[in-house]
Amino acid sequence: MNLEPGPTDRRPAFSFSLDMHNRVLLVLVVVALAATVLSGFVGDAPNRLVSGRPISLWSAADAITMAGIASGGVALLAACFVRPSKPFHCLVAVLAAVLLLLVLAAAGQAASNLTQSGRLASRISLGPAFWVLATCAALGLADALQRLDAGPIAQVFAAASIAAGAILLAVSGIFDALSLSQEFAIRRQAFSDAITRHMALVGTSVALAAAIGFPLGIAAAKRPGLQNPVFAVLNILQTIPSIAFFGLLIWPLSALVARVPQLAQFGVGSIGVAPAIIALVLYALLPVVRNTSVGLTGVDNAVIEAGRGMGMNPGQIFRRIELPLALPVLLAGLRIVTVQAIGLAVVAALIGAGGLGTFVFDGLGQYAVDLVLLGALPAIFLALVADFILQILTTMVGRRLAR
Amino acid sequence: MIEIEEVTKFYGDRRVVDRLSLTVPAGDFCVLLGSSGCGKSTTLKMINRLISADGGAIRIAGEDITTVPAEALRRRIGYAIQSIGLFPHWTVEDNIATVPRLLKWPRGRRGDRVTELLEMLRLRPDIYRAKYPHQLSGGEQQRVGVARALAADPELLLMDEPFGAVDPLTRDDLQAELARIHRATKKTIVFVTHDIEEALRLATRIAVMQDGRIAQLGSALDILEHPASDFVADFVGRQGIGLKLLSVRRVRDRMRVGETAEGDPLSVDASLRDALSAMTTRRTDRLPVCDATGRAVGAIALADLVR
Repeated sequence: MNLEPGPTDRRPAFSFSLDMHNRVLLVLVVVALAATVLSGFVGDAPNRLVSGRPISLWSAADAITMAGIASGGVALLAACFVRPSKPFHCLVAVLAAVLLLLVLAAAGQAASNLTQSGRLASRISLGPAFWVLATCAALGLADALQRLDAGPIAQVFAAASIAAGAILLAVSGIFDALSLSQEFAIRRQAFSDAITRHMALVGTSVALAAAIGFPLGIAAAKRPGLQNPVFAVLNILQTIPSIAFFGLLIWPLSALVARVPQLAQFGVGSIGVAPAIIALVLYALLPVVRNTSVGLTGVDNAVIEAGRGMGMNPGQIFRRIELPLALPVLLAGLRIVTVQAIGLAVVAALIGAGGLGTFVFDGLGQYAVDLVLLGALPAIFLALVADFILQILTTMVGRRLAR
Repeated sequence: MIEIEEVTKFYGDRRVVDRLSLTVPAGDFCVLLGSSGCGKSTTLKMINRLISADGGAIRIAGEDITTVPAEALRRRIGYAIQSIGLFPHWTVEDNIATVPRLLKWPRGRRGDRVTELLEMLRLRPDIYRAKYPHQLSGGEQQRVGVARALAADPELLLMDEPFGAVDPLTRDDLQAELARIHRATKKTIVFVTHDIEEALRLATRIAVMQDGRIAQLGSALDILEHPASDFVADFVGRQGIGLKLLSVRRVRDRMRVGETAEGDPLSVDASLRDALSAMTTRRTDRLPVCDATGRAVGAIALADLVR
């Protein structure tokens, strides 16, 4: 071996280099750290109306939880520089999930510590640092799952473990001191009514939109001449602002009920559930019709001709070839519409349709952020769950049809 | 088997098929050969009524095709197309069993038939029957396409440029396979292509088409040796015509029965072109010939090729 270094070979005797492998995770850790240092983890307010005094994570939570969160953060920071591999992504996913649960627990602990030490009436609300930390942990988990290329079963498993952990925490009573939990505690019955009503509104309107939209989409796919008028009307409907839409339905519906009083017996009125469902259905129609039509026209012509050449009749071609091949696109339309309807149904509370929007508008009226959250958080949660379930359904169907 | 009589088809004002008449006897391998737009595909698709004729009549086994429901007619006729058109959401087994299923064959008989066809097309049933089309190579997909066309054991097979989309090597394989299947099953095949070499290799009869009419109908040799018009002569190619002639003649027609020679034997079914190629690469003017079982039956010399 030649030990003499050549003239160009002037490397330092000792070199140390850090290779960055996961920029996303690094950004998340840095953002979470900044938020924790710069903003309050919880807010402490004497009553519902004033905004709370920010209290940092380290001065509120238990030392053990705090240490857990800190070491989790350090571990994830270190993880950004490790050469990625499958088991390693698994580890990151588990770390992020544990971190998320720890952040939830820390919020509960902070609230109970503060109420025990201070005034009885104080209200502990969730602060910016909590939201940023929780979001970063969730995004870190999602990113790790994506890098793992996790299949539907792994995704369901991850979501179920987080949900189970959160439920266990809730059952243990750790969140009871949070003002959000207190808002919930005094509205238990109203809350479960609202969430049921919300799901009923969304379920009914999505089912109706599918019942009307699928045939309309099929018709549009089979008769290209129909496409322009159908999509023109649906596009216009889609552009009407939601609040205006609910308002605009009051007049025709009251006129209708005045003409046909029997309708009132079935709960049809100018305000309430009837206009809410009508508006939600009309909003849902465009994505359903468009995806149905695009899905069906996207089926390869050669495949359809092969079917005809084999002696399938038009019904068999539709049922055995076109429909199954268009199904992933159809389901994607249903997914868009469901998520959209869950959000829009919140606004429907304005015209007395009930649902989670009731809390949001009550909270806005009373300047009570926790009450707004009591309506908004479950709505977001419902949307995420619906999106997740339909997405997994779509990938499972799509996988069977993968080209 | 098929009688096409004065059949005409218009697309708008354009007459794409013009009073075309053609009779294909049972067991024939008839190739419709022509450049794109000559009406060859349209003619083929009128046979299984994927396209309806505007005039004239088509009879299969003496029966006018318009007297049978179109779906029933198509289930009796095998059909394979260029883009293969395998159903992407079905396994190889389901794809092949398409027509048997439409004909409501019992499950067991369908499974047996799929096994038989996969073996015939040299795809191992245990490996291939449960695969999806996207897991197959282009050549394997095309084999499945041919198996699907043969599934219900139709008397008649229509093939619309079935090997147009595969690479030349695979195409060679598939052509050899199809020729073997034709010899073994004696099915009547109508095959559309624009590839003169493919037509020479496969056809028992070639119909050269021009502007919706048949410019010449005859064996490969007829068409090469006696082109009926300048168009046909141009289409089959004036250059390299000698090599094309060699490629349609078989060793069996020119060999010296009983004589012997040194080296690896040629098959009696090999073309004279293969013989010329083998002599050139082996630097010899004489090769032994064996039959399909590998038994030596004679010899062929360079002079025999140009006799």
